[in-house]
Amino acid sequence: MSASGGTKNTNTEPWGGFDDNIIIQGSGSAVIDMENMDDTSGSSFEDMGEMHQRMKEEEEVTAEAAATEEETGEDGEFLGMKGLKGQLGRQVADEVWQAGKRQASKAFNLYANIDILRPYFDVEPIQVRNRLIESMIPLKMIAFPQKVAGELYGPMMLVFTLVAILLHGMKTSGTVIREGTLMGTAIGTCFGYWLGSSSFIYFLAYLCNAQITMLQMLSLLGYGLFGHCVVLFITYNVHFHSLFYILWLVIGGLSTLRMVAVLISRTVGQTPRLIMCGTLAALHMLFLLYLHFAYHKIVEGILDTLEGPNVPPIQRVARDLPNVASAVVNATVRSVAAVVHSQ
Amino acid sequence: MAEVEDVNKPLFAGLSDVSIAEDIPVEGDIAVPLSSRNADDEISTLDEPVKDTILRDLKAVGQKFVHVLYPKKSSALLRDWDLWGPLLLCVTLALMLQGGSADSKDDGGPQFAEVFVIVWFGSIIITLNSKLLGGTISFFQSLCVLGYCILPLTVAMLVCRLVLLGSSGLVSFIIRLVVVSASFGWSTFASTAFLADSQPPNRKALVVYPVFLFYFVIGWMILTFSPSQ
Repeated sequence: MSASGGTKNTNTEPWGGFDDNIIIQGSGSAVIDMENMDDTSGSSFEDMGEMHQRMKEEEEVTAEAAATEEETGEDGEFLGMKGLKGQLGRQVADEVWQAGKRQASKAFNLYANIDILRPYFDVEPIQVRNRLIESMIPLKMIAFPQKVAGELYGPMMLVFTLVAILLHGMKTSGTVIREGTLMGTAIGTCFGYWLGSSSFIYFLAYLCNAQITMLQMLSLLGYGLFGHCVVLFITYNVHFHSLFYILWLVIGGLSTLRMVAVLISRTVGQTPRLIMCGTLAALHMLFLLYLHFAYHKIVEGILDTLEGPNVPPIQRVARDLPNVASAVVNATVRSVAAVVHSQ
Repeated sequence: MAEVEDVNKPLFAGLSDVSIAEDIPVEGDIAVPLSSRNADDEISTLDEPVKDTILRDLKAVGQKFVHVLYPKKSSALLRDWDLWGPLLLCVTLALMLQGGSADSKDDGGPQFAEVFVIVWFGSIIITLNSKLLGGTISFFQSLCVLGYCILPLTVAMLVCRLVLLGSSGLVSFIIRLVVVSASFGWSTFASTAFLADSQPPNRKALVVYPVFLFYFVIGWMILTFSPSQ
């Protein structure tokens, strides 16, 4: 560093001869070497030279800083004038591209790793049938942990069936969903319940130290949806209140009992059992109730009888804000006028 | 370096003759050598009119339609799959289902996007399911088959609209019910005829169930479709 500094400060002409440079460089380095070798013996000449060098260096540094400042200033101006948009756009495009790449690679990984999921779909038709039937038969075996098959084919298909049935119910009840499609709502409801409840119960099981895995929980709750499918399929087509309540209690109750029995057999202690089974039973039964009444013709019938025949089905209507505002203004003006008048 | 050249030499020995001296200008016309291709393999599509290309593709699509309408375990639908037919059918179906409620305020009818999403995502899910169950069919082959097998349902939709033009009483509903059920059965049968061979024999029922559900939902959408009041 100091050698090059020496070069610069002694060689006033940048186009100076190469040999000169070398010689002077040599001298520069010699100065430093000597100084390093012996601190106390510095001659005045050498000190002066070094001081000169330092001053030059400082000048250079400040000049460089100034130059960079100028540059950044220019850059800032440039960006401010017309480049900001471009840079923002580039950044956004970059992010979008990155996200897209991530998604694509994830999708590809999923497709490539489909073999990982294959064991969960390794079933025979007769097994699925048996499990569907078993999902309605609660076993009263609490002392020994009941077996839960970790399999996802049946639950997946049941959830899709439930989606189809829900769609049917929504269509026949004339449900209107603003800002969304029936399909999306149905899929979101079914998958949301399945995944959400399973995770929640799994979390509770973790807290209560129950012996159940996430996979088993998914399978258990998924097969539990079979009762929902049956009940909803019947009651969306046959509109009797009493029939629904009977089916809700019998079929929904049976499938809930089955799950509760499994959970009880895999949990130790009274309180944990009560917490988990109470939560699961409440969730499961209330979900069936919700699905039935949220998308059912009878809701409209009740509304019609309550509020007269010409009331349209419930829907969100944009409030008339300007009218409200003007009414408020009118009222205040009137009251102020009344006050002024009275005075 | 020399070793590498030595290794490469036998590979590219033929190319050494190609080198051209710099002073000779490269000229001549680019033509596909006629002798080097099989007569029935590929036709050069570079210099034919666009009309021919489109017509040939449409003819291929039409032939596959015939295969669907008369499913006789042919592998043509599987061998050279394409997604043009499914796209065509899907868009047609969606447009016809859309028309009813486009202008009415109550948009409870199936929207274009809804039908589109149901068709494509449904096929993708069925395909993934069949892959997970151990099927030996490629992803796009399955998509192609499932897409082409919507054809009977699209025809049913057309018939339904024609029937609805006439009357909308009980008779028309019965006619529509019969037509839709028939085409639903046809679709399911045709697709299983194509897809079942690629599945392990003991699991056919598991693969057929989602297919059944898929066409059932579409068929049900067609049956409950009613033009705007």
